[in-house]
Amino acid sequence: MSRLSVRKTYKLYIGGAFPRSESGRSYPVTSAKGDFLANASLASRKDARDAVVAARKAFPGWSGATAYNRGQILYRVAEMLEGRRAQFAEEHGGGKRTALESVDAAVDRLVWYAGWSDKITSVHGAANAVAGPYFNLSAPEPTGVVAVVAPADPLLGLVSVVAPVIVTGNTCVVVASEPSPLAAITLAEVLATSDLPGGVVNLLTGKQAELAPWLAAHMDVNGLDLTGVTDADLALRCEQEAAENLKRVLRPVQEDWTADPGIGRMTRFLETKTVWHPKGV
Amino acid sequence: MAIFEYAPAPESRAVVDLQPAYGLFINGEFTDGSGPTFKTVNPATEEPLAEIATATSDDVDRAVQAARKAFGVWSALPGAERAKYLFRIARIIQERARELAVLESLDNGKPIRESRDVDLPLVAAHFFYYAGWADKLEYAGFGRRTTNGHSGTKPLGVAGQVIPWNFPLLMLAWKIAPALACGNTVVLKPAETTPLSALWFADICRQADLPPGVVNIVTGAGETGAAVVAHPDVNKVAFTGSTEVGRIIARTVAGTDKKLTLELGGKAANIVFEDAALDQAVEGIVNGIFFNQGHVCCAGSRLLVQESIHDELLAALKRRMATLRVGDPLDKNTDVGAINSAAQLAKIRELSELGEAEGAERWSAPCELPERGFWFAPTVFTGVAQSHAIARDEIFGPVLSVLTFRTPAEAVEKANNTPYGLSAGIWTEKGSRILWMADRLRAGVVWANTFNKFDPASPFGGYKESGYGREGGLLGLEAYLDV
Repeated sequence: MSRLSVRKTYKLYIGGAFPRSESGRSYPVTSAKGDFLANASLASRKDARDAVVAARKAFPGWSGATAYNRGQILYRVAEMLEGRRAQFAEEHGGGKRTALESVDAAVDRLVWYAGWSDKITSVHGAANAVAGPYFNLSAPEPTGVVAVVAPADPLLGLVSVVAPVIVTGNTCVVVASEPSPLAAITLAEVLATSDLPGGVVNLLTGKQAELAPWLAAHMDVNGLDLTGVTDADLALRCEQEAAENLKRVLRPVQEDWTADPGIGRMTRFLETKTVWHPKGV
Repeated sequence: MAIFEYAPAPESRAVVDLQPAYGLFINGEFTDGSGPTFKTVNPATEEPLAEIATATSDDVDRAVQAARKAFGVWSALPGAERAKYLFRIARIIQERARELAVLESLDNGKPIRESRDVDLPLVAAHFFYYAGWADKLEYAGFGRRTTNGHSGTKPLGVAGQVIPWNFPLLMLAWKIAPALACGNTVVLKPAETTPLSALWFADICRQADLPPGVVNIVTGAGETGAAVVAHPDVNKVAFTGSTEVGRIIARTVAGTDKKLTLELGGKAANIVFEDAALDQAVEGIVNGIFFNQGHVCCAGSRLLVQESIHDELLAALKRRMATLRVGDPLDKNTDVGAINSAAQLAKIRELSELGEAEGAERWSAPCELPERGFWFAPTVFTGVAQSHAIARDEIFGPVLSVLTFRTPAEAVEKANNTPYGLSAGIWTEKGSRILWMADRLRAGVVWANTFNKFDPASPFGGYKESGYGREGGLLGLEAYLDV
């Protein structure tokens, strides 16, 4: 008689812990063929607010960490992901080969972004030749707490939107792909074992339409990445809500996740600080 | 308590040849507006200066069409040729600097010393700076930064730009110079209380033989600006002004492909530590809040003083404030000019009265104010709590709120305790403390042992509700390129 497997309960990831939705709700996740896979937590707006609190709490520590340290941690995430290659390929769905390619690309993407941590300042900052006896330097700094609506691509898409937000020192609240949220929660397990401080990434599973507007309107959220929003009306509403506290918004895009990502996803959630000081003796 | 008596030294206004009325500048021609005209007045005398046209949404549409038509030609020009037009404009501004300075002081109320020594030199420098970029965009590095079909070196198209009344010509330069350098064409709306220098700029474009339609100026009030922002054929919106209007604009462009940059309000902390060079700090505080009558979005309107030097610093500050000369903007001795409009004066008065009602102590410099015109004496409030309206709301006038702190951490906490994040000042002789503070202040520009310094090479713009995007420097190109 074959052994009965021990299944995993898929929960949320908030502040470094794995709570169920405070609402007690869940929704069934099925494979492409329609087979039952698991019950995922159906996060509520209260969960979203809790996640923002956790992200805000984590921001001073994470943005204050050295760029080298953040790079090391992102590289560690890549290492942990590589170690779970098989598991992700299984959760990913689709053909085995495509799944493995996707996981490999996600690992490589993390390594790519990890290296940016201590280079983006040189590329996106500037020494400014002002017409006077002044030291004048511009350097990028993280925007703050960023809410991210992840695209449908369950792992590569998710990693491709989260890594650029956090590598520069932002913290985030992520709404995972609604139909394929399982990889996101397994990724949370990877993050939880990669020395990433709790609260830097918070993952919610559930409905975009239920969560995104609350995050878009939240006054303690500084940036909004709508990449994964497919409903134009929802995207419009979210961008309008985001205007209330002038959130930096990345509008929905159809992106080829295998292409060179550029640095636009990092720079969208960076501020520029310019410091002046007189020169003299 | 005048230390010196100064004989009046008025700049001649004869260099400015004012016509009774001005139209819109569309497709290289001055044309009538379809809306009702309005008067622009000299805020120092309340004398009407000229009759100004109002552009309706139909007029704005004509301007956008002209800009769209010109875009093909302008964006196809080699960068070096666009550069030469911009260099020409910069030179003409220098040639006509005195006329423009007097005009700016007449229409805005700012002292001639500032329009002559700050605004106009910066305006010319801004055009020179971005002229030089026009044929070097590939070197700006945006081509490699981008994905999904963005070129990183190509213009966006037609830019709709709405600017405020505090630095009318300088804000025009900040908007038009980078837009044109990158190959965009523009429709610009100046503020309704200060439209004149933008119309003079239209004449400068003609003198420079700029192709028609590359620059279009539409005058009017909020409705005209709203029509510019909402026009479906505008690809890029740039706005400088209040956070309140910034929010409305962000809502308007939501769901479109328009690129948006916003430079909005501020409530900057100017932080003075006990080891600061006090006389220099006092000059910095005065420059921080009384420069341009405090009509400066990055003004150092919250003075955070270390408790141990509060009394000494305030005494020195009041002594210095008492020597500020308030009055005729065209007098070369004037330090503080006229408040730009009756509406702005009412707002400053209202917030100052609220400051007193909430329990802060008010002190105004003893100065005689002219009988006609809009005036407000340089004012300082002490005993201000963080909860007071005068510590939270942007007053946009010559009113300073003083708070105290004991430790650097407390200074950071109080400085950042605002929805704004445009600028900040630090005064201390300790280098490591400057850098420690600068790291923690959530503001786009940090001035250490100086304040209110501007340069075309230096990016300017805010964090949080002070808006997004940068103007100036290499980063200022990003707003006008397909990145």
